[in-house]
Amino acid sequence: MNNRKVEIKAVNLTKKYGKFIANDKLNFEVYKGEIFGFLGANGAGKTTAIRILCGLSKPTSGDITVSGFDVYKQTEEIKKNIGYMSQKFSLYEDLTIAENIELYGGIYGLSRKFIKERTNHLLEKLQIMEHKNTLISSLPLGWKQKLAFSVAIFHEPRIVFLDEPTGGVDPITRRQFWDLIYEASSQGITVFVTTHYMDEAEYCDRVSIMVDGRIEALDTPAVLKETYKVSNMNDVFIRIARPDFIINNE
Amino acid sequence: MRTITFLLQKEFRQIRRNKTILPIIFVLPIIQLLILVHATTFEIKNVNLCIVDMDMSNTSQQLINKLEGSKFFEITSTTFSYNEAEKQLANNNADMLVYIPQNFARNLIKQKTATVQFIPNAINSNFATLAFSYASNVVMNFNKSITVDWAAHISPQPIKQIETKARYWYNPELNYKWYMYPGIMVILISMIGIFLTGLNLVREKEIGTSEQLNVTPIKKYQFIISKLLPFLIIGLFELILATVLGKIVYGVPLLGNIWVLVGFTFIYLLVVLGIGLFISTLAETQQQMMFIAFFVVIVFLLLSGIFTPTESMPVWVQKFNLINPLSYFMKVIRMIMLKGASFKNLINEFISLSIYAVAILGLAIFRYRKTA
Repeated sequence: MNNRKVEIKAVNLTKKYGKFIANDKLNFEVYKGEIFGFLGANGAGKTTAIRILCGLSKPTSGDITVSGFDVYKQTEEIKKNIGYMSQKFSLYEDLTIAENIELYGGIYGLSRKFIKERTNHLLEKLQIMEHKNTLISSLPLGWKQKLAFSVAIFHEPRIVFLDEPTGGVDPITRRQFWDLIYEASSQGITVFVTTHYMDEAEYCDRVSIMVDGRIEALDTPAVLKETYKVSNMNDVFIRIARPDFIINNE
Repeated sequence: MRTITFLLQKEFRQIRRNKTILPIIFVLPIIQLLILVHATTFEIKNVNLCIVDMDMSNTSQQLINKLEGSKFFEITSTTFSYNEAEKQLANNNADMLVYIPQNFARNLIKQKTATVQFIPNAINSNFATLAFSYASNVVMNFNKSITVDWAAHISPQPIKQIETKARYWYNPELNYKWYMYPGIMVILISMIGIFLTGLNLVREKEIGTSEQLNVTPIKKYQFIISKLLPFLIIGLFELILATVLGKIVYGVPLLGNIWVLVGFTFIYLLVVLGIGLFISTLAETQQQMMFIAFFVVIVFLLLSGIFTPTESMPVWVQKFNLINPLSYFMKVIRMIMLKGASFKNLINEFISLSIYAVAILGLAIFRYRKTA
């Protein structure tokens, strides 16, 4: 694993809001093509960290590079190389599927011809060709999420950041969503994903678990389960985030 | 440049699909221009009079007839009790009380002088002043006619009198609609610039799409141009619409050069768009945006001289108007439309508005953060 190319490197990433420490000396590396799960309870500081990595906010201190670019000075370079899907749903509801893809494709400098071809290809893959000219507002949530992800990697970024991408979606759609993630990862796109669903954590190559702004554990799901002597990631999470909480089947 | 065309395409598609904004752009201005002009009339008609004629003479009746004959007055009550008349005034049944004392006619003949009292309800001071001055006019006329009448008894030669006649320049018929209409146009263009732009920007913040745009390599200037340009075009469209409508419905002239008007509107739009953009950087929700924008617009508007000339306001208000873009544009648009002012006449306003545009846009762009 260690001879793989490092895409994201954070050394002592710290973010303070006044006295409150949202991120406390985070250290981690994410390798190329990896699916990296960034777990943590609500308010643990996941979104704060992801926003720093995307160039949306500046860290208080620490050395952080994304795709080799510095998060203090080269945010615009970073933005060319990443895709991002936020907690808030971010396609335009009053534009059609094709128009949304066209817009984001255009922003990343793709040609109209290229956008057109790839749009058709993508919609065929998602089996929603007949909805090409449907407004986003009239689509079911699951479709919207899958579309938002497809739009986030439409310009073939090196890294895609997903901030709780499957919130409020049914299990089947979530499974389909993860198929899309695997596909992206197999194409060499690095996936940095936060989630609350511990079954999803099992799908990740490696996960980190954050508690109160610190990373308390970072390894593959298998090693973590081994270390904490539990059978699933759910229990790993509870062990780390709530050590006082007694797990029954012990 | 390519990015901007993609963004502009998006903006126009969204505007086209927005069921609230389209009427705001096309229907609201027409209603506003046609109705608001009347809301601000400075003319008064139908001043209700309560007459207290204690003299009951031929002469006092003549005076009352003259008042009644005027198109401004209507006699709604007559009484012989002063207290009763005061009640009429207090109950708003009468706007002005006319008191003709006893011996009015006798004093006029014997002492060559007599008094008559007018008491207007001065809650609206403007109204009271006008009503009183109309009444004074009637009395003056009455005076003249009795002098002529009596003189005719003495000498066959008609008495020579000096007559003054006023010719009103730039608005010969004293048509208040001509004065108000350009003012309403200023309101309209300011609203489009500040509210539509600001709300559009804050809306993207609210629904989260602005965050999505912020993680793309979009340049700040590309984003801002794509946000301001559509409303600049809409603003200029409103100007043309309003000018044509004013000409057709109220005959409001456009004496100056249309291109001077368009040019000034262009610069003024840059100013208001800048204000809209600036407020949007202060607000997180559309509600906040509305409140701040309303506050700013109302203060600027009421001090801008839309109703009364700024020259008669206190000095500090006149100083304040140095930073009030509405007051510049209010002056400019009236000068161009009603006086036919050329660019040369307005060079000072041009410089002021240009500086304003650069300053406020600069400030707004500086404050606008892609990281937010």
